[in-house]
Amino acid sequence: MIRITVDAEPLEGRDGQTIAGVLIGAGRTAWRTAHTGDRGVFCGIGVCHDCLVTVNGVEGVRACQREAVDGDRVEREVRA
Amino acid sequence: MTVGGAGAGESAARRVAILGGGPAGLAAAQAALAAGARVTLLDEGGRLGGQYWRHHEQLTDRRLQHGWARFERLRGVLDRAEVHTGASVWSAEASDGAVRLRAVVGPADAAGRTALEVEADAVVVATGAHDLALPVPGWTLPGVTTAGAAQALAKRDGVTVGRRTIVSGAGPFLLPVAQSLAIAGAEVVGVHEASRLGGLAAGWLPRPWQLAGKAGELVEYVGALARHRIPYRIGSGVVRVLGTDRVEGVVIAALDAEWRPIPGTEREIACDSVALGHGFTPRLEVAISLGAAIEGDRRGRFVVVDDAQRTSAAGVYAAGEITGIGGADAALAEGAVAGFMAAGGSLDDDRMRGPLAVRRRMRAFAARLERAHGIRPGWTSWLADDTVVCRCENVTRRTIADRADAPLRAMKLATRAGLGACQGRTCGRAVEAIVAEAGGAPEGFDRRPVLAPVRLGEVAALGQGNGVGAAAAAISIDDRAESTVAAAEPRQ
Ligand SMILES: Cc1cc2nc3c(=O)[nH]c(=O)nc-3n(C[C@H](O)[C@H](O)[C@H](O)COP(=O)(O)OP(=O)(O)OC[C@H]3O[C@@H](n4cnc5c(N)ncnc54)[C@H](O)[C@@H]3O)c2cc1C
Ligand code: FES
Repeated sequence: MIRITVDAEPLEGRDGQTIAGVLIGAGRTAWRTAHTGDRGVFCGIGVCHDCLVTVNGVEGVRACQREAVDGDRVEREVRA
Repeated sequence: MTVGGAGAGESAARRVAILGGGPAGLAAAQAALAAGARVTLLDEGGRLGGQYWRHHEQLTDRRLQHGWARFERLRGVLDRAEVHTGASVWSAEASDGAVRLRAVVGPADAAGRTALEVEADAVVVATGAHDLALPVPGWTLPGVTTAGAAQALAKRDGVTVGRRTIVSGAGPFLLPVAQSLAIAGAEVVGVHEASRLGGLAAGWLPRPWQLAGKAGELVEYVGALARHRIPYRIGSGVVRVLGTDRVEGVVIAALDAEWRPIPGTEREIACDSVALGHGFTPRLEVAISLGAAIEGDRRGRFVVVDDAQRTSAAGVYAAGEITGIGGADAALAEGAVAGFMAAGGSLDDDRMRGPLAVRRRMRAFAARLERAHGIRPGWTSWLADDTVVCRCENVTRRTIADRADAPLRAMKLATRAGLGACQGRTCGRAVEAIVAEAGGAPEGFDRRPVLAPVRLGEVAALGQGNGVGAAAAAISIDDRAESTVAAAEPRQ
């Protein structure tokens, strides 16, 4: 079990899951705000950049590519 | 750090770099080692296996893996090679008989990854493909993913995006996706294949023996569909996704032979997720940047190779889905030939007989795939004027069609289609289809100056060392108009 926070809210995931995997496992499908509304995973393999989040203060991390580490702080990105 | 440079006292074995750790790259590595080369293999993924053997030791349900023994054999020989995972190659050059690859190594998109430079006598490019999901109204709603994403999440993370899913698109890949979703716990409401019986029969029925090998896998998937009571409907597809903040349902319509929705056949189905996949499109940017020629039309452009998997660029070989979409067996066969030849082997070698035979058979299979499931031009008629086509920059069908007479570069600058974070990877083929339909001459979504996202800060830091700064400068001068910054710094 690992624990991360998403916009300060704690979420639990399984060891080895990507950040997208943890979010989806917790029932979330959207975690980024784009022009047309919210977005989450689209391509799942790192090509579309729809799943971007800020991780531990670093922007532009593809949630579908990054393995979650216990204690990661994940924040939503807004692109108006 | 530079690896692969021939140090004093080392043998003069050929240095072969392999880019991509999927079926093609792994087979290439094995064959190059067998031919006596020194092999360096790079892949941006955390684990080897590519899309076909995407896995995680604890999270992957074994029922979702195929040909695992083959994977273990291929992986097993790699202790004689230098292997870098988590290595994103962002620059590739070939000149004066040498190939140079530059990568950043570390957790995906982390700040301060380490730089890696690989120099080799030859390179096998095996960068694979990604889903081609055609736009439909509503496809930007959360809950809509590509078919490949559904597959990757089920295999790699053991999760499904929703509980009630519709799978829609074209091609046999929809079958394993439906099976994986069902095994991972979702209810698959239906699989909708756009092609009609006529097209499918023309593609699949003649010369069924060519399907040997593939047939077993297909039969297994069809069995799985039956077991899970998943309806498979041909000549139909999702033509609109419904919902305000997330997917609430879809509109399914019957499609004619050109994939135009047939009026009056629409019906609504409730669901919370949709997996779309209309085939695959190759990841060409590395091959192009190395100088390899590309051939084809809007329906698909691929790297041109000869019988030895040699591209038009000296020292550059290509294998797998970047030369044509034919599945894992084709990728394995091509990889073996490419690796062996890159290492200085000969096509007459007995060890090449098997791979050459499989390659011949699988090329025929690929042609039949395209005939049966290739995208038909009528799909654009399910778009509304205000349907978003470029997801990154929010560019609609109408905006693109209105600028269709401009040269593609001007059209991109005026509309911003393809200039967002994904650099047109997601929308490129769809934009080209819309431009063509509106009377323009589409061409050129394939060239991408930065091959993988790398942070400007990282590039600047690399510039302190061996000549990488010059490359970085070249990128920003050449390609300002292509909005490189978006690719280089995922969030502008
Ligand atoms: C998302 C997805 C899921 C799929 N799942 C299946 C499946 O379950 N079953 C099936 O039969 N077929 C599947 N396919 C089809 C599959 O792609 C092929 O049949 C097969 O994997 C092709 O092998 P390949 O070696 O050509 O490419 P791939 O397996 O795609 O391997 C290419 C590798 O290159 C690496 N790469 C690309 N660019 C770079 C770069 N710049 N730097 C570093 N590394 C790079 C990638 O990380 C990848 O590992 C899937 C395709 C996709 C897109
Ligand atoms: S979902 Fe496409 S990059 Fe993550």
